[in-house]
Formats: sequence, C-alpha cells, structure tokens
Amino acid sequence: MQSSDKEQSVKASREQIVYANLLIIGVWAGIAVLVTTYATYLAGLLPSHVKMSLIPKIWDKNVTDYLEITHSPHGWGWVALLAKGDFLNYIGLTLLGLMTIFCFLVLLRGYIRQKNWIFAVIAFLEIAVLSIAASGILGSGGH
Amino acid sequence: MLNIRVFSTGRWLVSLSVLILSNPLAVYAVEQTAAIDSAKPWWFWPIVLFFFCLILGILAVMAGVGGGVLYVPLVSGFFPFHIDFVRGIGLMVALAGALAAGPGLLRRNLANLRLALPVALIASTFSVAGAMLGLYLSALNPDIIQVCLGVTIVAIAILLLYSKNTEKPVVTKQDAIGLALGLGGAYWDDGAREIVEWKTHRTLLGLFMFILVGLLAGMFGLGAGWANVPVLNLLMGVPLKVSVATSKFLLSITDTSAAWIYLNRGCVIPLIGIPSIVGLMLGSLIGVKILAVAKPKMIRYIVITVLFFAGLKAIDKGTGLGLLG
Repeated sequence: MQSSDKEQSVKASREQIVYANLLIIGVWAGIAVLVTTYATYLAGLLPSHVKMSLIPKIWDKNVTDYLEITHSPHGWGWVALLAKGDFLNYIGLTLLGLMTIFCFLVLLRGYIRQKNWIFAVIAFLEIAVLSIAASGILGSGGH
Repeated sequence: MLNIRVFSTGRWLVSLSVLILSNPLAVYAVEQTAAIDSAKPWWFWPIVLFFFCLILGILAVMAGVGGGVLYVPLVSGFFPFHIDFVRGIGLMVALAGALAAGPGLLRRNLANLRLALPVALIASTFSVAGAMLGLYLSALNPDIIQVCLGVTIVAIAILLLYSKNTEKPVVTKQDAIGLALGLGGAYWDDGAREIVEWKTHRTLLGLFMFILVGLLAGMFGLGAGWANVPVLNLLMGVPLKVSVATSKFLLSITDTSAAWIYLNRGCVIPLIGIPSIVGLMLGSLIGVKILAVAKPKMIRYIVITVLFFAGLKAIDKGTGLGLLG
C-alpha cells in the first residue's frame, strides 16, 4: 500500500464520523434531560404517581408485584403519565434507548446511496431488531 | 510542585476508592445497614447508590471493564433491591457509558463501524432473547438467576485473570467472510509511532460466539465488554486497541436492545436508576483523569478479587446457604 493510501486508511470513514456526530448530540441531550427531569422529580414540582416513601418498602419485590402494587403501566403506558414527576424521567431514558435506532436510520440511508447492499441489509435488520425490542411487543406483558 | 500535588491527590483518591470497594467489610456494612435499618427515608438509598456508583465508575475505567459487570453483582448482592430492577438499571448504566464513549472512539477510528455492525446484529438479537429468558426465569424463581449470575461472574473473574490478550495478533490470511464484509482497517499507534493495519480471520466462528455473548448480556443485565474483547482479539485477530474500542461501541447497540425489554417491562425505577447512571458516568470521567497516576495492574487484580467475592456472594444468596452473611 502506498504511504498516502495508508494515511488515508487511518482516517475514519464518512459514515463513521456522521454516526459519531449524531451520537454526541444525543448523549448530551439525554444527560441534560435525565438530570433536569430527575431534579424536577426530587423537588416535587410535579406530583408523583408512586409516593417516594412507598418505593423503599417495595423495591425488594419482583417487577410484576411492584407494578401491581403501584398500579404502574408497562410498555409505553408511561406516556399517558408524563404529568407525573416519576414518569417524566422516562423521557431521558427513552432518548438514550432511541439514539442508536436514529443513528442506524441515517446509516441505512448512506449505505443505500452508496449501493453498499450488504451493509444496508445489516443496518435494516438491526433497525428491525431494535424497533421490535423498543415497541414493547416482546417482554412487556405478563401481569 | 503542582504535578506532585495532583499526583498525590490522584493516588489518594485511587487508594481510597480501592480501599472502600475492595474491602468486603465495607460492602458487608452496606448490606447490614440495608437489613437492619429499612426505615431509612426515601432519599437515603439514592444518595448511597450515587456515591457507590461514583467509586464503581472510577474502578471500572481503571480495571478496563464496563460498569454493568461490577454494578449488577455488587448491587444485587449488597443492596436491598430486587434483581429484576438491578439488571434493568445495570443495562441502562452500561448503555449510558457506551453511548458516551462511542463518539470519541469512532472519530479516532479505534472503534470500527464495519466490524461492529455484523457483530452487533447477532449480539443484539440474542440479547433480546437473553433478556426475555432472564425475566422468565426470574419470575419462576429469582434464586435461579442469582445463582447463574454468581457462576457467570466467577467465570468472568477467571477469564480476566488468565486471558492474555495480544497487542497485535498476526493474521496471515483473511477468511472469505471477513473479506466479503471488508472487516479490516488501519489505525495510528501513538506508542509505536506507526500505522497498524489489521484484518480478521476465523470470522464465522467469532460471529457464532457473539450468540452466547448476547444471551449472557441480556439475561444478566451485564455489559459484555469482558467477552467481546477476547473474542475479537484472541479469536478473530483484531488488534487489542481496536478490540477494546469496538467492544465499548458495540455495547451501545447490544445493550440498547436488551435494555428496551427491561425498560418496557417496568424494571427501571427512576428513583434508584438515575443516580446509578449519573454516578457511574461521573465516576468514569474521574477514572479517566486519574488513570495516569494509578497502577492499572494492581487495580485489575483488586477488581478480579471483588468480582470473585461478588460472584460467590450471589451464589451464596441464591442457594440460601448464608455462608457470606
């Protein structure tokens, strides 16, 4: 390999840089939202769905019992409870969880434009796996 | 003069954190406090958890392991929370750490996107299966998960103790799959002042191994850096630096899929989840700063000891023997 080719190969690919740039924006946004919503929750600016004093008494129960006792939703049911301080925290958690799916959508578009079909299929399948996991179809039922 | 002060402060911080976390008496005290004084106000445990995770984050960086592998066994063993919540939060902790580290690693071309993509697809698919299996077993009897977790943690400690990673493995011929996927690249090695080119071999076997890695990561809520690195480095012939960086980036994808299963199931209680995530992320940032003045080898051995202890504690708790308190 020529030395200029070698130097070029050390540089990250364009899609890698795009992915990194998207990720850094999402991460800092996620952290900012997590800290803000948690401060709102602790300060009691919004009423809580589950009383804070109750949580230490039941956090040793399994998740099914916990949800039953607290009448808490599973899956995306928290969206209906966004006016409650405790469920407000799910915005930041969800942002962190959706970040990779969003980055992969941008990657998929790039690979299709490049006609890199192997990696386009891999990116598409990854989006499918993550979206199914996020949808709540799997593993959110049970009580 | 200033350097000496920074150096000694760093040493002091390292010694303090190692002393606190590696001392079984300290973690035993946490457990006893939990058992004896369940009437503590709601804010007591989040504060304890925040500082515990801060120290955990410092140690994890210096020992070269992810946060989840320390968080899950220690918190499930010594805090009063049910293992369902510990695993859910453990995955969010590992995910947050991996997301934060990803951009820097990708930009420096240490983490390789082409290598990560096929591996991540397999690992994330099976981590979903692992998460569902873990929740099913835990609903049957949480002790099964506790014992399996303990055995896995002890096995990880043995793996960390005996695996001798290779800085730059020699790959004479790339296999057909690695070639078709273009799994190779180059990076600038600062230490050796040279460009290091690399390619993979035994790619198919390596990809198969990620089925197991994904299952374990999902089932126990562990980040899987401890398994990713040996498979990429020792089996597939990827240089150590690229293996470590790609593994860290991989966790941001693998853990996302499993974390969603736990999140949708309601396994993340914000009151204890957010201080854990923020504490561990801040701890990781501090850990990176004092890495220069620490002795990573010594810390690595201490972390291995802590893992042994945490694994045995989980087995003890799951089997109900009560030998470790």
